[in-house]
Amino acid sequence: MLTGSEDVNLLLTKSPVDMVNTPLTKITKVLTDARSIRIKGRSFLAVVLSPDLPLDEWLVRLDDLAARSAGFFLGRPVVLDVTDLDIDRAQLTDLIAGLVQRNVSIMGIEGARPSMLSPGMPPILKGGRPVADFEQPSTEPSAAQPAPQPKSASAETRAPMQSIVIHEPVRSGQSVIFPEGDVTVVGSVASGAEIIAGGSVHIYGALRGRVMAGSVGNASARIFCRKLEAELLAIDGIYQMAEDMAPSLRGQPVQLWLEGDVMMAETIS
Amino acid sequence: MGKVIVVTSGKGGVGKTTSTAALGAALAQRNEKVVVVDFDVGLRNLDLVMGAERRVVYDMVNVIQGDAKLPQALIRDKRLETLFLLAASQTRDKDSLTPEGVERIIGELKKYFDWIICDSPAGIERGATLAMRHADMAVVVTNPEVSSVRDSDRIIGMLDSKTLKAENGERMEKHLLLTRYDANRAERGDMLKVEDVLDILSIPLLGIIPESMDVLKASNVGAPVTLADARSAPAMAYFDAARRLAGETVPIVIPGEKRGLLGKIFGRKAA
Ligand SMILES: Nc1ncnc2c1ncn2[C@@H]1O[C@H](COP(=O)(O)OP(=O)(O)OP(=O)(O)O)[C@@H](O)[C@H]1O
Ligand SMILES: [Mg+2]
Repeated sequence: MLTGSEDVNLLLTKSPVDMVNTPLTKITKVLTDARSIRIKGRSFLAVVLSPDLPLDEWLVRLDDLAARSAGFFLGRPVVLDVTDLDIDRAQLTDLIAGLVQRNVSIMGIEGARPSMLSPGMPPILKGGRPVADFEQPSTEPSAAQPAPQPKSASAETRAPMQSIVIHEPVRSGQSVIFPEGDVTVVGSVASGAEIIAGGSVHIYGALRGRVMAGSVGNASARIFCRKLEAELLAIDGIYQMAEDMAPSLRGQPVQLWLEGDVMMAETIS
Repeated sequence: MGKVIVVTSGKGGVGKTTSTAALGAALAQRNEKVVVVDFDVGLRNLDLVMGAERRVVYDMVNVIQGDAKLPQALIRDKRLETLFLLAASQTRDKDSLTPEGVERIIGELKKYFDWIICDSPAGIERGATLAMRHADMAVVVTNPEVSSVRDSDRIIGMLDSKTLKAENGERMEKHLLLTRYDANRAERGDMLKVEDVLDILSIPLLGIIPESMDVLKASNVGAPVTLADARSAPAMAYFDAARRLAGETVPIVIPGEKRGLLGKIFGRKAA
């Protein structure tokens, strides 16, 4: 579960960005060989960007997010979801160019009408599933957009929450990714490190990096830390950057939770 | 069997090469057999700091590629007969260091030397990972500023995951060497405090080396600072650090402050 940053491939954040599990197919081409062609399916977690109109305003918000969280999209697979987005081919071309300019590389487009597409654009992706095993709360703004697939029956098959405990500091550049449940760190989380948990996150040390709790759509997840110096905090995609946090909380033992779309915090002792 | 130390940092220009040479010469002055090994292919520097640049005939890449035997490539220091240098190649590209080649060389060096001190290149790429791969112990060189501390934190993470010791489930011994510590700037508050660095990195402190012109003077005459001017402040700090590496307990003094601050900090549990 502890990996170098090169392995990081998932992130969940505020409403315009959510995740699907995108099956990719890898094909190795063999020409006149008698051996059969090996085709493998593989799942990757991708960040999904769902722009809204007007696009220039959306791009400004994206810039804001990227500026406040350097390297946000770096090396992460990104899917562009244009379902229900009323734009034409020229606008889509501009949008893709605008994203490329921001070093966001799009690995696929979801929900595009054929008339919007032209050769050279990233491929069309279908059948993405939200990674959430959870019902998304209706207060979640992105719930207004149709999810790529119905998530019925997931409630019954939901696996019991699990938890992991990490007994050493999480160092800069390391990611702990645990969509299955809670993460507890007995030690500090460094600036430049991140914890992404499906459930709650408990840090028995200083939290200087990023924590994303409830990352698969769990609004009841919480974040606890002994010393708050975080760069970014997110619960179920609602995030706060360092500068959004009340100065009185800095350096304090703090717990954070969601009330509706608002992140709440209080010191604990 | 000798002990392999990697001197590493992530960030460039923090004092790895200076420290490798100074610690190497300090240990050799205790009559232990020491080899300092330059892993900075293409940007070699250790030969300059050791004052051996005109005596490099064969380097590590020559040995790896079979053009020379290891003993031919080892350069004995002119001043200390137990101190040796294995130079990096200035001309080859950095892919010429192969994992197998490095493994073979380190294995051989361990038979002949008490200490094998590997000067890592900056960065977190191949050169740095090869330099740390076979280490028994790491000296993490850090300046008291935010970017250096963060890079060191990252390197500590790699020491705990990408080294042979880590892969075998063993614990890599890591020591913090805080270098270029400027007492005046610390007083003015425009440098990170020693406690803050230790708090962030949570590894034990090996020593604090003051910022000093003596370091530059030493490298200009081509000598490790512990040889050029053994009474200078940085040299004395390096001598103390070398004694701690060798297992002695020596109190740590923050340059510019009179009282010793140890026990509390050096005795801290390793992360
Ligand atoms: N304690 C010190 N006081 C003053 N100058 C120092 C000190 N330590 C190192 N320097 C100077 O800092 C510069 C960089 O040092 P050095 O070459 O040892 O760093 P490095 O970490 O090996 O760099 P690189 O990452 O490029 O290999 C040199 O000019 C050196 O003389
Ligand atoms: Mg160097």
